[in-house]
Amino acid sequence: MSVSTTGPDPVGLSGPLHGVAVLDERGRPRGPGGPGAPGGPGRSQRRAARRGRREGPAGRRVLSRLTPYLFVSAAVGLLLLLTYLPAANMLWYSITDWNGLGPVENVVGLDNYVEVFTNPRILSVFGVSLYYFVGAFLQMALALYFATLLSFSTRFSNFFRGVIFFPYLINGVAIGFVFLYLFQPGGTLDTVLGWFGMTDPPQWLGDADIANYSLAGTSVWRYTGLNFVLFLGAIQSIPNDLYEAAELDGASRWQQFTNIIFPGIRRIIGLSFILAVSGSLSVFEIPFIMTGGANGTATFVIQTLQTAFSYRQVGLASAMAVVLLAIVLVVTWIQRKLFPDEKVDLT
Amino acid sequence: MTRVAPGVLKYASLIIAAIVVLLPLSVVLFASFKTSGEYSTTGPLSPPANWFNLENFSTAFRQGGMVEGFVNTTIVLVISLVGTILIGTMAAYAIDRFAFRGRKLIMGLFLVATLIPSVTSQVATFQIISGLGLFNTKAALVLLFLGTDIIAIYIFMQFMAGIPVSLDEAAMIDGANRWTIYWRVILPLLKPAIATVVIIKGIAIYNEFYLPFLYLPSEGMISTSLFNFKGPFGAQWEVIAAGTILVILPTLVAFLFLQRWIYKGLTAGAVK
Repeated sequence: MSVSTTGPDPVGLSGPLHGVAVLDERGRPRGPGGPGAPGGPGRSQRRAARRGRREGPAGRRVLSRLTPYLFVSAAVGLLLLLTYLPAANMLWYSITDWNGLGPVENVVGLDNYVEVFTNPRILSVFGVSLYYFVGAFLQMALALYFATLLSFSTRFSNFFRGVIFFPYLINGVAIGFVFLYLFQPGGTLDTVLGWFGMTDPPQWLGDADIANYSLAGTSVWRYTGLNFVLFLGAIQSIPNDLYEAAELDGASRWQQFTNIIFPGIRRIIGLSFILAVSGSLSVFEIPFIMTGGANGTATFVIQTLQTAFSYRQVGLASAMAVVLLAIVLVVTWIQRKLFPDEKVDLT
Repeated sequence: MTRVAPGVLKYASLIIAAIVVLLPLSVVLFASFKTSGEYSTTGPLSPPANWFNLENFSTAFRQGGMVEGFVNTTIVLVISLVGTILIGTMAAYAIDRFAFRGRKLIMGLFLVATLIPSVTSQVATFQIISGLGLFNTKAALVLLFLGTDIIAIYIFMQFMAGIPVSLDEAAMIDGANRWTIYWRVILPLLKPAIATVVIIKGIAIYNEFYLPFLYLPSEGMISTSLFNFKGPFGAQWEVIAAGTILVILPTLVAFLFLQRWIYKGLTAGAVK
């Protein structure tokens, strides 16, 4: 809004939309009077010219210069208020020992950052991300496999496509409950495994050695559909005659995959890879809903939020958030260096 | 023989995938129709004796605060969607149709913002929301849903780039000002993009868990109402199952009717 002070402000601001109408209204009463008074036309022309010089072009120019700012102001305002201001505050909190209440008391410099990298309680959660990171690869492989299968003509392909994709749409809390129920001791999973002779199943969520696998598996179940639809869309945008030509040349399905499909969707795979990295660092919903971070399943984000809202160490939590943000930015930067031809303006 | 094998493998793997997806959901559906006695005596995979036992659903609705959840979610959803559409299309209009100082900077700001994981920055966002006095109000959620929506702006921009500028020029020659052009020319032509945004944003808001959990503790939204089942119904899985099914049902209906749009919308907004 600072821009508005540069021009003849109130006129400039209100003028944009109604300027034309106002001129007409003012001009019209003079019009009929014109013929009666001698020399009318000349006078009204002169007046119009004067008026034009006074406010028309100048006002309109200011106005037209302001227009784009007016259109973009709400979005930018919200962006600054809810994204950049918190980010800046976070940087500031991260060098203090603020508890989230009252005024900031002590500036502690880099102590919080030192703690992030030395406190075993915090450091261990990075390890938890690895489960999800591996899970994300499994998820991409599955998605790629099924996307390739369904890109060839298949019976009931709509049904299968819908079934594989649908979990992605389901509410996270609902998914959490579905899998809590599935993993219950003596529950569905144990029963099914019993059919195959596995009579002594582990505690899927109660055993700290297993819990992270179970949660990462749930995450794969939830998100495979998204990768699948993205891959399928990319595969289907490959021109059909490429396959036909390949088939004429006697290429096998596998050869078609390695020579046509894979190169054709490399870009979206690269993008999914980045999402996998940042996604596995910022896993939150599934473990929070299902175990609340117990049994060694706390992820980095759970730990950060607990530090901030349960332990009231906003300073330390901010430092953790800044570290996560830095990692995501670095990974994204690396990706853009590696795939410079990638179309990134959408990311 | 060698020609049959790949086909068998293909359908076998598809069927296994379908089972892996549908089995966990089906057993929850089974449980939701069981009486509590039946639940404790039958295995999870045995279907309910009475498919019309709706007792658990009514318990979930009445005691679980699901009605409140649905009402609140609908209110927040509608206001946020209307706001997102207006704010997003206006921003996209400015960025796509005007050359102005700071345009590059603004685009850069939007671009970088997509990289910030919003869950983490809640540490600091919380202070701003409570500083505005909005903690524990639905307005906080609306504001956050409006403010975190950068993907919508990208979808609008992408779509607007495909609307010929000659339409704007024609309208301008007819004496339309910029606002009229936006409102009468651009906005109606953006309908497909608006539909896309409504769908992906609508699903995201419906499913959002953490924001209502953090900012609206005293009222239930659909996710938090369900999440709160954990306490009072902790031992009553048949009620939890009914609540879960109630939450999934609208998503399923939306999916069945809007499939084509959802796939399209995701590919457009996917690259988030």
